[in-house]
Amino acid sequence: MKTVITSTGNSLESEFDLRFGRAGWFCVYDEANGNYEFVKNMNAEDSNGAGIKVSEKMVELGVGKVISGDFGPKAKDVLDKFNIQMVILQNEGATVDSVLKKIK
Amino acid sequence: MPRRKRLRKVVAPPKFQGYKPYGINGESKESVELLYEEYEAIKLADYDFLNHSEAAKLMGISRPTFARIYESARRKIAKALTEAKEIVTVFGDIELDGSWFLCKDCHAKFTCPTPTEGIGCPMCKSQDVQLIGES
Repeated sequence: MKTVITSTGNSLESEFDLRFGRAGWFCVYDEANGNYEFVKNMNAEDSNGAGIKVSEKMVELGVGKVISGDFGPKAKDVLDKFNIQMVILQNEGATVDSVLKKIK
Repeated sequence: MPRRKRLRKVVAPPKFQGYKPYGINGESKESVELLYEEYEAIKLADYDFLNHSEAAKLMGISRPTFARIYESARRKIAKALTEAKEIVTVFGDIELDGSWFLCKDCHAKFTCPTPTEGIGCPMCKSQDVQLIGES
């Protein structure tokens, strides 16, 4: 199963992003082989509907679990519909690496 | 135009599509339609032993509305039992709630799209989790 962690930058030392739709980058971690890659969020600057587009992107990537700070109502609806697990973490200032270590 | 119905939240849909009486002469022809929210009302009140206010809060409706749904559920089941009718479940005015859980160890909030028996925290694998309803 693939897990997505929202991130402000494209390295493991980047700060964990508390926003979902407007997160800068997504760290896609694959549990099957332990690899991770960073995907840029193309919808971060959209004026509206970022949550929906990003949620659809998650479905496209075949993600099973998303870890972020919060999810908007529209994003929640889409993720619910596709049975994607949402996890909300409220620890500000955590790095992507520290979140990744927890789920390994 | 009447006020539109507020969607009732259902945590998990029933695991069956219906119930059939047996030992009667011939097939029972008619059936009683049990809505998902009525099934959920029976489950919350009589299986999980919640009181009506708590159950209403979980379903996102007022207590009187919950009482009405619950009463209609009981009446439908009683009708099916006494008249030996089938019960079929139908999707009512509901939204399926990916309900939120709180891990008491690491304070992570999470949903469980595929409800299983043992729900554990996806972050710290702790089993000490609590249902918190809407976030």
